[in-house]
Amino acid sequence: MEVSLWIEWVIKSLFIILLLTGGFAYTTLYERRVLARMQVRIGPNRAGPFGLLQPVADGIKLIFKEELIPEKADKLIFILAPVITVIPALIITAVVPWGESVWVFGREIKLYLADLDVGVLYLMAVTSISVYGITLAGWSSNNKYATLGGLRATAQMISYELAMGFAMLGPVLMAGSMRMIDIVNAQRSMWFILPQAIAFLIYLATSLAEINRAPFDMPEAEQELTAGYHTEYSGMKFALFFMAEYIKMIAISMIGSSLFLGGYHWPLPAHWLGGFAGPINLFGKTVIWMFFIIWVRATLPRIRYDKLMQLGWKVLFPLALLNVAVTAAVIVLVGG
Amino acid sequence: MASQFFPILVILALALFVGFFVVVLGTIFGPRRPTARKSSPYESGMVPYGPGTRRMSVRYYLVGVLFILFDIEVVFVLPWAVVFRELGMPGLVLMIVFLVVLEVAFVYAWKKGALEWE
Repeated sequence: MEVSLWIEWVIKSLFIILLLTGGFAYTTLYERRVLARMQVRIGPNRAGPFGLLQPVADGIKLIFKEELIPEKADKLIFILAPVITVIPALIITAVVPWGESVWVFGREIKLYLADLDVGVLYLMAVTSISVYGITLAGWSSNNKYATLGGLRATAQMISYELAMGFAMLGPVLMAGSMRMIDIVNAQRSMWFILPQAIAFLIYLATSLAEINRAPFDMPEAEQELTAGYHTEYSGMKFALFFMAEYIKMIAISMIGSSLFLGGYHWPLPAHWLGGFAGPINLFGKTVIWMFFIIWVRATLPRIRYDKLMQLGWKVLFPLALLNVAVTAAVIVLVGG
Repeated sequence: MASQFFPILVILALALFVGFFVVVLGTIFGPRRPTARKSSPYESGMVPYGPGTRRMSVRYYLVGVLFILFDIEVVFVLPWAVVFRELGMPGLVLMIVFLVVLEVAFVYAWKKGALEWE
């Protein structure tokens, strides 16, 4: 193993993490501005031009806030829980390719961090881990709202994970590979949103439930549970939960774009601009997908919890399963 | 190949660092003036009563058990999904038999009311 390869990985990892944390800061602003426009308001526009310094102001404020720890809380787990929540969010996009390859300083750089043969399995595994942080946060707070919020979040996330797993199987079946690059390249001629429309819709719904966003934001239903599992968190520990939620929003959009919307191919040919057209394509698709998530939040009311669980288990799960069976049968019988 | 996972290790280490760095940042710069009121659990301004973590509804356990069962199903289907073109018709039939057997359990749980939530 060469040293230069390790250096390349460190630089790429740093790049991804900085991009995600910076993206998180500006996603909060993006969401607040878009939501404000949809509610005929202006939104934050005072800090800097167009409110562009608002995330910086928020961050500085949170750093200097007092952090409360409830006296009967399990202190170690209370402090570890936000870290456990944020790590999966930061590492999940490691397998998503942004493009083919570019030449930087006479060295060919592949535009992905990790090229795993089991990329989709990695995605599923890492999403599962983030459930731990939320459960532990709810449990260690020793607060009734937090416990209930944590329980609800856990039950909801594991229920929707099943349907999401089967929805992700759709593109895997079409591409015949779990490598993300193979899946993206298999969509050169046709995006998987067309043959896998049902899987796409299921992925859309379950991914919103997986990141606890509206209309599936039961774990943090303000009117019932104040802030759900992070009721007792303040200061930078709260910021970590916030960060995890928004980074997961970015990650879900990136993964969805790669699985169903052709990833880094189209509208620009991926090899244009010396290979930098790929990342631009993916970035554009991600931003549009996130706009859709915010739009959903502005439009749809929250689903009642029992309806939510029934939707997951009785509608989405059988539908996703049926989709996998039908896709496989069609490919085997017709050939594809 | 295990070497595929080395970049994941790198980003994992960096993510760990970021997580703890943020926690330490808040601990260093935040003031710390606890009072009895501040460190009591938040219950919308009421004086908290009883323990914070109580017994939870059995529904949550049930969902957990069902999840384990069907998530393992997903794990079994995944490798098949990669090679099902080579396996062809026999592979498809075998997988559908497997799924049908599991779905009998799913229908049973449904009929028993395990998926109801009240």
